[in-house]
Amino acid sequence: MTEPTALPGSTTPGSDPEVLLHARSITKRFGGLVAVNQAELVIPKGSITSLIGPNGAGKTTFFNVVAGILDPTEGQIVFRGRKMVARAERGWLEPFFWVGPAVVTGIVLLGLWALFASTNPEAGLLGAAVTLGVLVVGLLTGIVRPLWYDRLLDRAGVFKTARPNDMVRAGIGRTFQNIRLFQNMTAIENVLVGMHVKLHSNIVDAILSSRRQDREEAAARARSRELLALVGLQGRDEMTARNLPYGDQRRLEIARALASDPVLLLLDEPTAGMNPNETEEMKRLIAKLRADLGLTILLIEHDMRVVMGVSDRITVLDHGECIAEGTPEEVRANPRVIEAYLGVPAA
Amino acid sequence: MTARAALPSSPGLRQRLDALGTRHRSLTIILGMALVTALLPLIATLPPFSGFNKQIVWIDNFASAGVFILLALGLNVVVGMAGLLDLGYAAFFAIGAYAYAYGSSTFTDLSVPFWIMLPIGAVVAAIFGILLGAPTLRLRGDYLAIVTLGFGEIVPVVFRNASQWTNGTQGIAGIRRPAIPGVDCGSGGPLCFGAGSPLPYYIVMAILITTVLIVLYRLQDSRLGRSWQAIREDELAAASNGINTVTTKLLAFALGASVAGFAGVFSASKFINVTPEQFGFNVSFTVLAMVVLGGIGNMWGVAIGAFIIYMINSVLLKQLNAFFDTFRVPILSDIDFVQYQYLLYGLLLVAMMLTRPEGLFPNRRRAAELHVTDEPPGADVEGPDPSGPLGRGGT
Repeated sequence: MTEPTALPGSTTPGSDPEVLLHARSITKRFGGLVAVNQAELVIPKGSITSLIGPNGAGKTTFFNVVAGILDPTEGQIVFRGRKMVARAERGWLEPFFWVGPAVVTGIVLLGLWALFASTNPEAGLLGAAVTLGVLVVGLLTGIVRPLWYDRLLDRAGVFKTARPNDMVRAGIGRTFQNIRLFQNMTAIENVLVGMHVKLHSNIVDAILSSRRQDREEAAARARSRELLALVGLQGRDEMTARNLPYGDQRRLEIARALASDPVLLLLDEPTAGMNPNETEEMKRLIAKLRADLGLTILLIEHDMRVVMGVSDRITVLDHGECIAEGTPEEVRANPRVIEAYLGVPAA
Repeated sequence: MTARAALPSSPGLRQRLDALGTRHRSLTIILGMALVTALLPLIATLPPFSGFNKQIVWIDNFASAGVFILLALGLNVVVGMAGLLDLGYAAFFAIGAYAYAYGSSTFTDLSVPFWIMLPIGAVVAAIFGILLGAPTLRLRGDYLAIVTLGFGEIVPVVFRNASQWTNGTQGIAGIRRPAIPGVDCGSGGPLCFGAGSPLPYYIVMAILITTVLIVLYRLQDSRLGRSWQAIREDELAAASNGINTVTTKLLAFALGASVAGFAGVFSASKFINVTPEQFGFNVSFTVLAMVVLGGIGNMWGVAIGAFIIYMINSVLLKQLNAFFDTFRVPILSDIDFVQYQYLLYGLLLVAMMLTRPEGLFPNRRRAAELHVTDEPPGADVEGPDPSGPLGRGGT
């Protein structure tokens, strides 16, 4: 059942495929409920990996952890060799980055005041105001978390888990189980939003309507049309997302996820609610995405024809635990999987 | 959209005008505003209006209405574009006004020129916009509204009670009027700002509104505007598409507040005194009503809505007595309408919301959201929407 379009090496058993994403013993508890328990997942570069399991097995929770939306209770996600999602480490150090500059400023200003203007209370008041300002700026930086701030923390050994937008920047695109398009925006605008991390014009460019922005926007629109054509939505650019037929909404969501040029694409039940025809088309599209764009794909799916048809590797979750992992044939023959799906035969 | 469908014969010219307006948006705004600015004083001299007030009073009223147009445009960024319900917007108006009062009055003995205080007031208000925005980032809808309401109450209370620095309830008087550099205003003149010569204020206000409109339209069509819209529609999906929701929301608060800062500086320079009472909850509420009635998300609509509501509320309703007296309408001339001003205003709001929930000049998308059932899904599958991407500002 290996795809003929598979990248060399990625599916050959025995060879050591380059690992794109490694989820190490992910556990997620919601209060007393353990949604995911010590789940392991390795996604080799260029593969199509499927995550299956009965309803409520914790697939979507696991997915959300990978996408940076939920913080795991334990475990970590390593993406392209970098730890992205895990519990914060040495988090107690971070407040020093917020308060530190203010304390330094305060001491310096206090020293200056004592030396030169100790008779002038207004100068002292001004110094206090400046110190407070620096403190507020520090706190705001901590909230906004710009790139340089994260790098600074990194150098100090503080680890903070990635936010969803960080995951997108790192190269993970995703779709949702229940379609979450921007319903009142047009198809092309949806894709343009997806392209957000690829665009660099800032607020000043926007106000001045600079050439740089015009060029960038024109290029982005052209690229968006290409992506829409790729998923089969040519000519529907200006339609409001809400007015698209169901199958097209799913495709549009994929086009939007592709707009950030991801390396790894997470598809949450891409064929849910589709008829056999549409399902077949979606299967072709998924295979095409890997073949043409060289994407690695992680798939949650209920439709076994899709799963068995396109996957290189399958991981089976049940009650939050990985009960099986392997090629489609191996998984199909695994007694624990059969048990999970069909139950144990009465003795 | 239904209105458009009912007029199948007119798309040619209409569409071409729309397209022209989009391609040369800034030029359209400048021309439109220039036209309006020139026509309004003329209209004020025509019969029904000239009976109410003298032209000069009308111009003065127009300039004051401009303050509310600015406020409505600014609030539209926060509420209309980013979808963050802000009930304490008057706080930024107050901060802008007090900034000018400190910068240029006999109270502090400073006299920074009005033209420099305009950007300073905007920046100060923007900083406070960020300060308010930061703690509310995780809140949405009702909860956000309550927190912003609190902030809107805190600011006037601080100005009232920190009397050592703000002169308490009496507020700061003796604020300097703007002056054009190089123009000597010892004996007054057409270029001098004054209580009796509102024309310079009127023109400055028109220029301010034009600038704000151009900037906001450009932002709306930019990457940032798309992010605001995405957050308004679905915050989680926006974050999952790489949008830093924190920065984007803070920018919405900051930009909205900075426009209120402009309005505050202008207002302080026009009324030459500021008191905490000018910035109560009723201002926040009125501006929100203007945004909603004008057509949330549509900037021209919001501006026109603000103008109409201001005119109705503070000019027309006050003049109803005079109006009915002049025309000797039987029963109506016996009623003292000034007493019922707010009753009428409230009734008007209720009637508006019942008949046109999307506002006088609805934003295309908002109207679609409110009339989901009017338009079966896939109704325009056959071809692109005739209004296309260009009908954004259309009425």
